[in-house]
Amino acid sequence: MILEWVLKSVVIILFGLVGFAYTTYYERRWLARIQTRIGPNRAGPWGLFQPVADGLKLIFKEELVPENAYKVAFMLAPVITMVPAVIVMGVLPWGDLWEIPAFTLFGWDFPGYVLDLSLANINVGVLYILSVTSISVYGVVLAGWSSNNKYAMLGGLRSTAQMISYELALGLAFLGPVIMAGSMDIFEIVKFQQHNWWTWAPSQVVGAIIFFIAMIAEINRAPFDMPEAEQELVAGYHTEYSGMKFALFFMGEYVKMVAVSAIFITLFWGGFAGPGVEAFPWLGPAYYMLKVFIVLGIMIWIRGTLPRFRYDRLMAFGWKILLPLAIFNVFLVAVISFARFGSA
Amino acid sequence: MERLNPIPILKGLWITFRTAFEKPVTKQYPEERFEVPPRFRGRHHLRRYDNGLEKCIGCALCAAACPADAIFVEASENSDEVRFSPGERFASTYEINLLRCIYCGYCEDACPTQAIQLGHDYELAYTNRADAIITREQLLDPVPDGAEGTPRQVEPGVFTRSIPDMPDPV
Repeated sequence: MILEWVLKSVVIILFGLVGFAYTTYYERRWLARIQTRIGPNRAGPWGLFQPVADGLKLIFKEELVPENAYKVAFMLAPVITMVPAVIVMGVLPWGDLWEIPAFTLFGWDFPGYVLDLSLANINVGVLYILSVTSISVYGVVLAGWSSNNKYAMLGGLRSTAQMISYELALGLAFLGPVIMAGSMDIFEIVKFQQHNWWTWAPSQVVGAIIFFIAMIAEINRAPFDMPEAEQELVAGYHTEYSGMKFALFFMGEYVKMVAVSAIFITLFWGGFAGPGVEAFPWLGPAYYMLKVFIVLGIMIWIRGTLPRFRYDRLMAFGWKILLPLAIFNVFLVAVISFARFGSA
Repeated sequence: MERLNPIPILKGLWITFRTAFEKPVTKQYPEERFEVPPRFRGRHHLRRYDNGLEKCIGCALCAAACPADAIFVEASENSDEVRFSPGERFASTYEINLLRCIYCGYCEDACPTQAIQLGHDYELAYTNRADAIITREQLLDPVPDGAEGTPRQVEPGVFTRSIPDMPDPV
């Protein structure tokens, strides 16, 4: 029991960290191809050791803490930003339930076991995701305020306001899958998609688009990255951070990218489901990784194409366009679900 | 807020996606280098005549012309036992400070014998300032095939034409 939890936690943390490192590599390479250039290809074969080189550099960098910074919050803020990003991946299932048959090895009898491929399949998984992603807002505002720097403070405030505005649309977009599948349990939602894909896909399109836009805004990623805009605010809320603390913020951003891509595909694109998963259970994790890879690619593609939103337009978009659209989406999904599947 | 039209955004996304399949314009530097134009002004060379004698006569017109004051010339007299260039003088000390040089080519234009010329070498990294001052030995061209090097001994009293006849006088 405990061994299972420990092993799964280790796998999720490793996935988060290695995923972060190679997401930075993927971003630099894919962004470079969109801009007609080659990305890093010198550190190791095809530049695959570039994240290692970056990590080593950040470890050796001097760590400066500003003189009048509030040290407790200054040290804690990167951690508060980074940890929710990793733990939110705990409820996402990587594959179908895996029935390991009983077997005998070296004279010991191992009983049959049903292995659940998510760390904790709680029955309010959607609520868990929504609440955990809200915790990282604290990290941002604490970083900005504790830096004792007016630009960092402004960046932190802007970022906080942006994140909480888009969380409304995000929360309403979460309701689409919940209504149609009839449950907040993520495994149930994925199973529902597996069996009713051709009803699910057209009815959830609006919700998926709203979710995608809101999640890019939530993780402060281009074109919604005004809070860390280098040209306007030096570096926004992480101006005063250097060395390993900065690396933690950077890590937080990329791990959040991976985590929200995983949430997106689990709720709207079938998660581990796909053609042939019943016959070959190992295809479940393979489809999962492939879908996360594609969604990350789309996020990087959008970063490479669109200019940054000006802050007032960003807020206007979140409140005046996305929120009404998300409310409309709830009604739309409810009507389609009722028409197709009857009540409850 | 005016209408937010998604169609131009989607067209823009298509253009960037299409660009991902073009050949990148990056030149992989140490393996692929830039082809310099023929009149490119790179590192300097002190040229020689076809018979091996140096063209530089130590007149220091290049040092006078240099806008950055990068050239230092000291001349000495040729004798028949020790002869470096045709004529009376040669440059016994000739130093160019590559950090001061602006690679303008005025020294090349000022030289009366076309001795100092700017070549195509641009890979001039040094690790300390002393290495940036190149000397006469580093600047001189290698001796052309079939000729004697300098210093050389000439017979006294033999008045052959010391500047040889050359098909292309440059």
